[in-house]
Amino acid sequence: MKRFLNFVWKEFLHILRDYRTLLILFGMPVAQVLLFGFAITNEIKDAKIAILDFSKDNVTKEISDKILSSGYFMLYENLQSPKDIEPAFRKGIIKEVIVFEPDFGKNLERTGTANIQLVADASDPNFANMVIGYTTSIIADYQSELSKGKTLPAMINPEIKMLYNPNLKSVFMFVPGLMSVILLLVSALMTSISITKEKELSTMEVLLVSPLNPFQIIVGKVIPYLFLSLVNSAAVLILAKYVFEVPTVGSLPLLIAESTLFLITSLSLGILISTISNNQQTAMMISLGALMLPTIILSGYIFPIENMPVVLQILSNIIPAKWYIRIVKGIMLKGVSFDYIWKETIILLGMTLFFITLSIKKFKIRLE
Amino acid sequence: MEDRYIISAKDLTKKFGSFTAVDKISFEVEPGEIFGFLGANGAGKTTAMRMLCGLSIPTSGKATVAGFDVYKQTESIKKNIGYMSQKFSLYEDLTVKENIGFYGGVYGLSKQQRKEKTEFLIDLLKIQDARNKLIKELPLGWKQKLAFSIAIIHEPKIVFLDEPTGGVDPITRRQFWDMIYEAADRQVTVFVTTHYMDEAEYCGRISMMVDGRIAALDTPAKLKEQFGVGTMHEVFVKLARPQSA
Amino acid sequence: MEYAVEVKSVTKSFGETKAVDDVSFSVEKGELFGFIGPDGAGKTTLFRMLTTLLLPDSGSAVVDGFDIVKDYKKIRGAVGYMPGRFSLYQDLSVEENLKFFARVFGTTIEENYDLIKDIYVMLEPFNKRRAGQLSGGMKQKLALSCALIHRPDVLFLDEPTTGVDPVSRNEFWDMLGKLKSEGITIVVSTPYMDEASKCDRIALMQKGKILDIGFLRDIVGKYDRELYAMKSSNMHRLILDLRAEENTDTVFSFGDFLHYTDKRGVIDKVQMKNEMVLKGHADFSVNEISPGIEDSFMSLMNGK
Repeated sequence: MKRFLNFVWKEFLHILRDYRTLLILFGMPVAQVLLFGFAITNEIKDAKIAILDFSKDNVTKEISDKILSSGYFMLYENLQSPKDIEPAFRKGIIKEVIVFEPDFGKNLERTGTANIQLVADASDPNFANMVIGYTTSIIADYQSELSKGKTLPAMINPEIKMLYNPNLKSVFMFVPGLMSVILLLVSALMTSISITKEKELSTMEVLLVSPLNPFQIIVGKVIPYLFLSLVNSAAVLILAKYVFEVPTVGSLPLLIAESTLFLITSLSLGILISTISNNQQTAMMISLGALMLPTIILSGYIFPIENMPVVLQILSNIIPAKWYIRIVKGIMLKGVSFDYIWKETIILLGMTLFFITLSIKKFKIRLE
Repeated sequence: MEDRYIISAKDLTKKFGSFTAVDKISFEVEPGEIFGFLGANGAGKTTAMRMLCGLSIPTSGKATVAGFDVYKQTESIKKNIGYMSQKFSLYEDLTVKENIGFYGGVYGLSKQQRKEKTEFLIDLLKIQDARNKLIKELPLGWKQKLAFSIAIIHEPKIVFLDEPTGGVDPITRRQFWDMIYEAADRQVTVFVTTHYMDEAEYCGRISMMVDGRIAALDTPAKLKEQFGVGTMHEVFVKLARPQSA
Repeated sequence: MEYAVEVKSVTKSFGETKAVDDVSFSVEKGELFGFIGPDGAGKTTLFRMLTTLLLPDSGSAVVDGFDIVKDYKKIRGAVGYMPGRFSLYQDLSVEENLKFFARVFGTTIEENYDLIKDIYVMLEPFNKRRAGQLSGGMKQKLALSCALIHRPDVLFLDEPTTGVDPVSRNEFWDMLGKLKSEGITIVVSTPYMDEASKCDRIALMQKGKILDIGFLRDIVGKYDRELYAMKSSNMHRLILDLRAEENTDTVFSFGDFLHYTDKRGVIDKVQMKNEMVLKGHADFSVNEISPGIEDSFMSLMNGK
């Protein structure tokens, strides 16, 4: 154990001494988050909306006034029929249509529930999401005011409809995607480089001819990068939350556990790469070419998998990041529990076991 | 500075920050001379050699190589010198023929000249059977001899050799020196570093660098006389570690 | 268990090249044993097999009482190894490097301080300096300290003096002499023939084979031809002139002399001098000499 800790200590020294790489490792995710953050508008002001009010009662008037007086929205036009919704959007001016059901006020009074439909232009998915978010929170506000002092709480059910991009592809998608790329980069690339570096320096020879067993060498290499990657993903999560309000909806421990699993997948891939490369350049080329590119392109990070040719869709199944991104998406954005992601987790677990077994088998106790 | 010298340095200095790697060295080399450049590891030999090859600009002092200034005319210097080191030799994954062809091209030889040179060198080194072999398949001694031949393929006025015989077997080492002598007979100036002290004896003159300065410069015979010893090895020990002598 | 290292008919090929070809030898405990030969002789491959880094194709070897194939784990704890071009961790300080290797072997710097003391005192002023910023000689001292820190029974040093200047080389051999007196068996390889005299016994290696093995004086003693040292003021021309003579067998330069053997064996020195003077070598001199290791090596290389 002492030997092993000694090895970890040495690895940390290597990492800390190479402050340039360290800067890139920490600077890159931050820069990427900020870049994405600024590329996406996150301020809503005087967004133009249309209202289709089938009810035209006091309640709908009050809600409309509340929404329009918030400063976020401006009434562009009143619509008369559902047929007008499409054309209204097509003009490209309005961002949202609010539809009140007939007898909205009456329903609310009698049954305590009423339905409101929010239709948004999701061709700019992030903006659409924000518009909907703002609107629903104003409605929720109104609803709680209304419920004060009443035994039966008023329920306004907003039904949300996204036009043009119904599944909200790529909305906030870069956070899970970015996390997977960072974890993969730090873990796979850095471990493979640091192992091949020892080969180049002949220090690997000395380590092999020592009581350290290969398992200790591997795990010793892996631990600092595991730590580094966790810190890195935490940084991304914190930035995501505080800089541009992408909160983690679901369970944080679950997210950390799943991330650790993906990390181990990446680390074992890194070790695998180091066993087949003899110098740092090869390790880097393999990591970037065979790992990073497919991950960025096929994992759904940038391009939606559903839009890919069938062959690529099938191929995307072997990319670990695809499954990880699904998991993170579920936990972070939808707040799902483990029940919804166990399938993805098992696939990832299987891949991890496969890579670990393979990398330990391939890691040589000798030089050949 | 007089024109008859092929290399002439006056107070040549190179500093890296506060560290003076080469400290005001002055010397001249005549055409066709075999000039041995000795010194302990870290004495400044490599730095000095880099300046003379036009690879590094001096901090101060003057020097000309083949008549060209080491500050302003580094490109002209590079065209007129050959360079070979123990580490840099040839492209391991190219064949003998391809290496000769490539370097011939680098130094602007025409296609016809390259063809002639290739045949000439292959004959000279007696490696007819190996002409289409990859460099990495050749024994080290062959590689070094070939590397030397290629370093002088463009008939430069000076050739710089940085530990050319390190690790080479004793017979090949001597064959290598035969080639150096032949080059010198053709008035090619040879500037050579070595850690083999017997090879120091083969040089016309020897300069011994200690801590960035030239501590001694003369023919091997005169150096031995000056220090009252019988071999260059003893001269080296006396100069490099005066306290232990 | 008499020998520290015992090797029987070990062979190792890479593709078609036989890097080590049917090599057998043994090293006694506490011996300073040298492998002498040029690059590509197979020294590194042999050392890697003995330190369990490579498996032999055939043959067997025992190091410190352990089989290099079966008991490789035990050997790994018991030997010290310094690979050629071993360059330490450049980004760690002198002290950190040493500490690291000490802990790898489950020991501390203090525990074996007396063993490395003589070497380490020279390094101590640079304790906090990164290994990458040390001079060549200092790096080599640090590397040796790291290989020694666990007081190995057998120490394998692969070309520790290659590319090192003659003075640092002398110092290094002095250090090895002291280690030997501590009872450590040392197996070392070198391309420098003149270092043969520093070893107890030597093996001359060339193209994967051992040309000869034994005490220096015995190997040199087998050189049975008359050897002459010759000199004139123009050595290069003298070599060319001698090569043109029909009775000349070998001519090799040796420092400021050249070493000559004749097909007839013994030569008439006076006649030789006359001939050479006629060829313009006015200050020609010739003397019988006894051969050195390099003469033997070249003679063995030529199969004579």
